[in-house]
Amino acid sequence: MAGGKGAGGFLKLALVFIVILALGAVVFPPLLQAMKLGLDLQGGVYILTQAQDTPDHAVTGDDMTALERVMRQRVDQLGIAEPIIQREGSDRLVIQLAGYSNPEEAVKLIGKTAQLEFKTSDGQVVVTGKDLKDAKAVINQQNGEPEITLQFNAEGTKKFAEATQKMVSSYGENDPRRHIAIYLDQQELTNPYVRQAIPSGEAVISGGFADFQEAANLAALLRGGALPVPVQIIERRAVGPTLGADSLARSKTAIIVALVLIALFMLLLYRLPGLVADFSLIIYALIVMGVLWGLKATLTLPGIAGLLLSVGMAVDANIIIYERLKEELRNGKTLRAAIDAGFKRAFTTVFDANATTVLAALVLYLLGSGTVRGFAVTLSVGIVASMFTAITLTRFLLHLLIGVPAFHRLWLFGVKEAQIPAAARGEI
Amino acid sequence: MRFNFDFVSRRKWWYTLSLLIIIPGIIAMALHRPVLNFGIDFTGGNSIQVQFQQPVSAAQVREVMNGLDMGSSTIQATGTNEFLIRTPEMDEARTDQVIGSLRDQLGQLDLKRNEKVGATIGRELTIKGIEAMAVAWVLMIIYITIRFEFLSGLAAILALVHDVLVTLGFFAIFRWEVDSTFVAAILTIIGYSINDTIVIFDRIRENMKLRRKESTEELVNRSINQTLTRSINTALTVIIALLALMLLGGETTRTFALAMLIGTISGAYSSIFTASQLWVDFRNMRRERHRQAAAIRAESKTAAAKAKTRKATTH
Repeated sequence: MAGGKGAGGFLKLALVFIVILALGAVVFPPLLQAMKLGLDLQGGVYILTQAQDTPDHAVTGDDMTALERVMRQRVDQLGIAEPIIQREGSDRLVIQLAGYSNPEEAVKLIGKTAQLEFKTSDGQVVVTGKDLKDAKAVINQQNGEPEITLQFNAEGTKKFAEATQKMVSSYGENDPRRHIAIYLDQQELTNPYVRQAIPSGEAVISGGFADFQEAANLAALLRGGALPVPVQIIERRAVGPTLGADSLARSKTAIIVALVLIALFMLLLYRLPGLVADFSLIIYALIVMGVLWGLKATLTLPGIAGLLLSVGMAVDANIIIYERLKEELRNGKTLRAAIDAGFKRAFTTVFDANATTVLAALVLYLLGSGTVRGFAVTLSVGIVASMFTAITLTRFLLHLLIGVPAFHRLWLFGVKEAQIPAAARGEI
Repeated sequence: MRFNFDFVSRRKWWYTLSLLIIIPGIIAMALHRPVLNFGIDFTGGNSIQVQFQQPVSAAQVREVMNGLDMGSSTIQATGTNEFLIRTPEMDEARTDQVIGSLRDQLGQLDLKRNEKVGATIGRELTIKGIEAMAVAWVLMIIYITIRFEFLSGLAAILALVHDVLVTLGFFAIFRWEVDSTFVAAILTIIGYSINDTIVIFDRIRENMKLRRKESTEELVNRSINQTLTRSINTALTVIIALLALMLLGGETTRTFALAMLIGTISGAYSSIFTASQLWVDFRNMRRERHRQAAAIRAESKTAAAKAKTRKATTH
């Protein structure tokens, strides 16, 4: 009878272990695939811009909304899957372009003020970027040169028509004053001659483009519109795709090696309960990754460091419980009683110890920025998940374990026969 | 394993050992300007990491940089034909110029990293870091005072100060570069160390309920010995994880792992040799004060009683 019960207990235990392994094998790979990676792991560009006050205008909330819109339009021109554009504080804008392989290009596009102006020879501004409806890069059919065709809005068309009409009627043919220069960010692009009045609201910027891409980029800038306020890039981090891939590969190796070593360490130190801890760790890792995925968190290098550290904390909860368990066994308690007492006593310890660490992580999250926040999130999620697995799953597995009489041996729990009171020997 | 070391009676030794590590660090910080080897995350500036497709020496890179009149730029080889160039803050056009010159004069390169940090950002990082630390400490003292007692909170926080000073000290003495991950590392060290300390305090709290007659010294010794295996094993697992990160994780996380490694060892040490010992001293001091207060009270009482009897007799 007892043997039969033991076999049943063993089957149950084996089944649970297999389920855990299978769960890990099935859920992990797609979960890892689905994780959003930070710029540092896949390459990309992070730009923090700050709107600047000018002597006669302080930055307002409306300016920031407009700035955000313009930036979004510009960034959309780059065709990146999921650009992140966020307001930060009262006058800052964060732009993150993950996986973008050309940081220099992105910085140029974002950093440009794109202040377009059409000026007469005496410096009078005829029309500006605000009067523009559309801008397109095309290849001139005649000479094969790239150029940009501009389409003004109603007001711009009127202004442009008036100015060109006035020029044509006031100055003779080939008069140097019959030019309208096009300036972008105070830099002259071209200075075309006005052959006749242009009432249609269309104009062409030609010449001066190295290739079609350059014309296309400028057109994108002009379409996106000028920035409502001057903007300065105060922080920029661009990680090339090779470095990102390298960091990702290295972190993976580091994590795998660390996990294997920790698992072996636990197995050597705590024997059977160590094995239980290792299986709990699998579930722990699944929970953490699942929660992070659910939170749509982005995994960054500091985030991975935080995860690795939380594995240390997860193991700590098990260590505290197992040390308690050994102590109770040495005091002569039976295995079942020792496990219950061990968990009961270890709970407050684990709770108080982790609560203080979560406090620190919370402060990090509230006061930190970007990378530090990612770290705080993974650390807190890790700690909470570690407590959960330690007090539920580890306990459940240990109870399954002692359902197998063959496992009722002190050495399997890392305790020597000689260490327990003589009266309690032989019966655990 | 069961231990029976006498930790408490040698506490002067442990304090001395801590000071032997902390004081040189403080001296190093006092002698150096800037105090630590702050990276661009703190000072503001640009850093560019490039890898050339052909053999290029640091001297060649230096020559190109000198030709550009960059002011104080530093060049550090980080791999095969790979260099990390740090310059004062540059605008976008200037950055392009530098990369362009390197490309023109030294050949094709892979731009691995291109960073710019404004000086304001650096200042914010420092201020925010210190702010976060102060807030964390206050919250921890409050939590520990509620769950334990004020003296435990005070001793635990002083142990944290110890760990922060030890870690800062190492970075000051060896002039290792400090970046934004260092701030995260310091705050995590605080998180780890307090965790470690609480486990011992928790055992002290438990033992105190069980045996009320024990002296503070015996109580603390027994509690430390009972939790010693756990302290060592936990520190070892964290150290395993950190060593893996430091040796295999690449250069971006190295500062973090190094700071964490020092902090973890210091944190494990301080839980046993600083926090618990300080608590013994604080408790003794409080008891001494109470005894004196009681003595004074008793004296004034007897004096009052005498006065009373004198009064009674005169009537």
